[in-house]
Amino acid sequence: MAGIPHDHYEPSSGFDKWLHKRLPIVSLAYDTLMIPTPKNLNWWWIWGIVLAFCLVLQIVTGIILVMHYTPHVDLAFASIEHIMRDVNGGFFLRYIHMNGASLFFVAVYIHMFRGLFYGSYKAPREVTWIIGMLIYLAMMATGFLGYVLPWGQMSFWGATVITGLFGAIPFIGDEIQTWLLGGPAVGNATLNRFFSLHYLLPFVIAALVAVHIWAFHTTGNNNPTGVEVRRGSKEEAKKDTLPFWPYFVIKDLFALAIVLLIFWAIVGFMPNYLGHPDNYIEANPLATPAHIVPEWYYLPFYAILRAFTADVWAVQLVSWITGGIIDAKFFGVLAMFGAIFVMALAPWLDTSSVRSGKYRPAFKWWFRLLIIDFIVLTWVGARDTNFPHDWISLIGATYWFAYFLIILPLLGVFEKPETPPATIEDDFKKHYPDAPSAAE
Amino acid sequence: MIRKLTLTAVTAVTLAFGGSAAVAAGEDGHIEDIAFSFEGPFGTYDQQQLQRGLKVYMDVCRACHGLQYVPLRTLTDLGYSEDEVRAFAADNFEIYEAETDEWRPALPRDNFPAVTGEGMGPDLSLMAKARAGFHGPAGTGLAQLFKGMGGPEYIANFLTGFTGEEREVAGQYLYENTAFDGGWVSMPPQLSDGLVEFDDGHANDAHHIAEDVAAFLMWTAEPKMMERKQVGFIGVTMLVILAALLYLTNKKLWAPHKYGKELDL
Repeated sequence: MAGIPHDHYEPSSGFDKWLHKRLPIVSLAYDTLMIPTPKNLNWWWIWGIVLAFCLVLQIVTGIILVMHYTPHVDLAFASIEHIMRDVNGGFFLRYIHMNGASLFFVAVYIHMFRGLFYGSYKAPREVTWIIGMLIYLAMMATGFLGYVLPWGQMSFWGATVITGLFGAIPFIGDEIQTWLLGGPAVGNATLNRFFSLHYLLPFVIAALVAVHIWAFHTTGNNNPTGVEVRRGSKEEAKKDTLPFWPYFVIKDLFALAIVLLIFWAIVGFMPNYLGHPDNYIEANPLATPAHIVPEWYYLPFYAILRAFTADVWAVQLVSWITGGIIDAKFFGVLAMFGAIFVMALAPWLDTSSVRSGKYRPAFKWWFRLLIIDFIVLTWVGARDTNFPHDWISLIGATYWFAYFLIILPLLGVFEKPETPPATIEDDFKKHYPDAPSAAE
Repeated sequence: MIRKLTLTAVTAVTLAFGGSAAVAAGEDGHIEDIAFSFEGPFGTYDQQQLQRGLKVYMDVCRACHGLQYVPLRTLTDLGYSEDEVRAFAADNFEIYEAETDEWRPALPRDNFPAVTGEGMGPDLSLMAKARAGFHGPAGTGLAQLFKGMGGPEYIANFLTGFTGEEREVAGQYLYENTAFDGGWVSMPPQLSDGLVEFDDGHANDAHHIAEDVAAFLMWTAEPKMMERKQVGFIGVTMLVILAALLYLTNKKLWAPHKYGKELDL
């Protein structure tokens, strides 16, 4: 791979040389695993491994669950109970898969906010960032589709509500919703196509992950200082980096063991804590649950969706300008997808010359506020829409957009950043004064 | 039918997104915490209690509620022998065989029957997981973190939560219940002191009967709970050891690069 200069793989044995001329696969694996990695990476950089683990975990448990699951409205719910009661270890597979989705999203959110703080999205890593956002969108879709499969009450009504979002699109919304559902309402056709897509999307994610890794292996990792690895020569690069194997693999595995420890305690001792009790009631199209609440990982964006009601002046203005085509409902849908879209635009909205938030005194506070905003939105997304929740959602949603569209561009102009260290080696030596000058 | 489905769908979407107030569910019921033997990371089912709960189900609940997802054979979990289960199944339930168009005595391989029809109640197989007794405070989920989800508590509180008040709404009788969201429920009060006689001579006032059947329904909803906790505990222990080993490996590996010297472990 291009990028930071390093020793390339030299085939040694006869077979290896023969294969190398025809398919340099061993070389590819070697270069991928031995990529020079900034040696000052902190613990926020471990979540990529957790995410890779989650993807494999979900695919493996998912494939086995499918062997026992029946995608049919009359049989789906019972087939889940069959898994829970009759399949050997079936209850573990299902609880791991259920909670694995939550772990996946915990990890992806931390991973994303790490990128937002340390400026990992900035040039030359925009493509890595965009691919990451696509992975995140695919994860959201996969999680939603998967939640429908047990065919409980929340499955059914969640599917009804979420596909209803597409129904809010002017003129063609109803047709799109019908097309998505395979009929006028959520039914067997819906369950079958959701099942098919839920099986397909993880492999799309896997492909995107490969591209994501390829992209940042080309640019090299970002690091807490935001200072690039020196690339003048191999010797220079070696002062700033250590190979991924074994230094970062072992470090990441240690972190993964801690994360899995907590994960396993949840699976073993409170597997239903993050779920909704209503999903243990079989879907009933004639009985609407009192509160339809999405899974926790959608709540921040669900809160943004609900924040823009018909009595908000911005909504009224847009509705008046568009002659009513964009009504409150469609405005909410646009806001929800817009909230993710502005995140994807971060590389071009952030005008600061300094990459890492560590050296940006004003940015730090706005970023902390964004984290609080995200947590508050997660909380308020599960509450009713009465006062003061309507106001909290609206303020939270407004800040989300303001952060990306106003604060990030302006900060680069008005903020006086501190000076980052000249090299990664300097930063490393600040933490470890006894570190030897040249690695190896 | 399709029209009705579409209508309910539209209503749901409007309720959830129209910005109008979310469904006002009325006042939330009040649930007292109960110290069940199966709570906490090391809690286990009390077989005697489950047996008493089964008796309550058979004597009281069964008339209107099924347990369609629970295989009769799993009653061996309650401490019965296979012969006892076979006799229990044959004595108590009949299964309709479509092929022969005949009713036959139930076998251990059959499930408890479903109970459906006019005026019958919901299936109870998963009820203890389909209800949450504890919420909040203020939507944080902390109550459930410390007290548990509260499904069995909800069932026990519900069964003893009737105030004796009743009223007629549109030809249907409703009974006041302090545990039920909204306060009025269509199921009439069932339990009274001494209603069920237990073989083990256990106290049989209404509260004890309610607790026993709630424990039994937790078992029907989560029969593999003890196995799950056991593997949970083993897994956590192994991961603590693995994490400790990886911590030391990592420390030793990095020492030459961080401190310029080898680390003796």
